Amino acid sequence: MPFGTGENSSIEKQSEVRELGDWKDEVEEIVFPGKISVPYSWTVGSTLSKWYAQIRDDAEIWANKCAECGMVFVPPKIKCINCYRDMNEWVKLPGTGTVETFTVVSYYEPKIHPRKPPFVYAVIKMDGADTGLVHFIGGVKPEKVKVGMRVEPVFEKERQGNILDIRHFRPIA
Amino acid sequence: MGTRVGIIGVGQTHHASKRLDCSGVELIAEAVTRALDDAELSIDDIDAFIIGNMDHFENINYVDMWATDGLGSFMKPVLKVTTGGTTGTTVAASAFYHVASGLFDVVMGVGWEKNSESDTQAAITTCSNPILERDAFAGAIGPLASEYSMYMKTYGATEEDAAIVAARDRNNALLNPYAHNRMKVTVQDVMNSPMLSYPIKLLDMCPRSDGSCAVIFASERAAKKLCPRPAWVHASVVRQDYTHFGDLEWEYMPTLERASAEAYKIAGITKPFREIDVAELYLPSSVTGVKWMDSLWLCERGGAPKLIRSGATHLDGEFPVNPSGGVIATNPIGATALIRVGEAAWQIMGRAVGRQIPNAKKALATGFGGCSWSSVMILGADLP
Ligand SMILES: [Zn+2]
Repeated sequence: MPFGTGENSSIEKQSEVRELGDWKDEVEEIVFPGKISVPYSWTVGSTLSKWYAQIRDDAEIWANKCAECGMVFVPPKIKCINCYRDMNEWVKLPGTGTVETFTVVSYYEPKIHPRKPPFVYAVIKMDGADTGLVHFIGGVKPEKVKVGMRVEPVFEKERQGNILDIRHFRPIA
Repeated sequence: MGTRVGIIGVGQTHHASKRLDCSGVELIAEAVTRALDDAELSIDDIDAFIIGNMDHFENINYVDMWATDGLGSFMKPVLKVTTGGTTGTTVAASAFYHVASGLFDVVMGVGWEKNSESDTQAAITTCSNPILERDAFAGAIGPLASEYSMYMKTYGATEEDAAIVAARDRNNALLNPYAHNRMKVTVQDVMNSPMLSYPIKLLDMCPRSDGSCAVIFASERAAKKLCPRPAWVHASVVRQDYTHFGDLEWEYMPTLERASAEAYKIAGITKPFREIDVAELYLPSSVTGVKWMDSLWLCERGGAPKLIRSGATHLDGEFPVNPSGGVIATNPIGATALIRVGEAAWQIMGRAVGRQIPNAKKALATGFGGCSWSSVMILGADLP
């Protein structure tokens, strides 16, 4: 057995803990490669469909507002986080916002990153809303991006009804 | 309030980036066997099992069934839980709930992960909302980096402050025979390591590991009979918050602030910095080892850089953090938070060989995961 002996052990046992290499060399390392790759697709749902349709059809960013506590959410929420109320009141946002925080991504993960590094993403506090929107910052050198920078959205010409219909946010000139 | 509960045994594997000498089930068996040895129990003494990992990391959907032989759970109750990074503390909390309820006497919690079996960055990205944030906010590093960017801007914390934490934990890992990365590093080595996502550098970040941990919880009656010095559970608190990264507070950590406040209250702790002897904290990156000190009420908001620079959180300081080397040394994700609980328990039991804080009577363990979730467990040498 490469691990515990089944006998009683205690502090003394622990102080004699073997190094991993002690037994690792004794094992022939056979690895079985998997073949399954599961393709998923996700239902956007009633609330976010409305939001994406506005972005796609009119290049407008909307938020929804809780009638009870007045909190304004972007992206919209299905129920208010504080009150668990339906969110039927929609407000159009100007689209502008302020960079609350950001990072410059330098490492390369081609399977998961939609952009080649270096790229910048930020939490943008949207004017007229109480929450932040996560998106890319573009049209500016990464080293010029600052917390507190005022930004506006740049929309794609061809829009599909998803978050990448907003290409990125850029500094307001 | 339920029955009082004590931890009576802990086992963990040797952790490594690839444990190709054993399968996932064998990894689980290694931890289970060692926990039984530590408690001087046999598998017959265990009434029920809680097991946790991240399903999508190994593409094993029914670990509770698939691992039966390694877990030793044949014909016994098993419950699988999975809550992302907090899985290990959720395992601990669930085992605690089982025993505290009075329905079970001795329950074993097991966390495990074989990160080497898939693409961890891709798998972890599946935690973010696929329709809204997955494209723009991929991977584990970006959100942590953004969090610290804001903290630096607000409070004048520096990249060096995080590097002090990274060097502290990495050097502590040299004392822990189970740790994955055991390297002697200086603050300058951390600062010179490659930038991953500003301001986080390679040596600021946790690795991905293969590993497992098992912790045995027992009722007061059983614990007193079976263990000379149990680590009593004084408090176990979980807090979860918003659903989107954009919703989060970035200047402090609300879930940790509220979970720890509640845990201190339950445990009767009013001055955590003075009253707690040792902490094993789930710090996925050294930057959180700075910022989250505020949210654990160890200093006022923004006071963490000063606290870290003072050396108080080093092994010989007043509030030693992560004698085991913590998460940036060892990170088998589904086990990571349970290792915090296990290491904290060993400190109370006097069994943290090589990394023991002398006379530790009160220990703090935390878990972190998901979109900023926190769990807090407080253990003590005295009955709660
Ligand atoms: Zn509301």
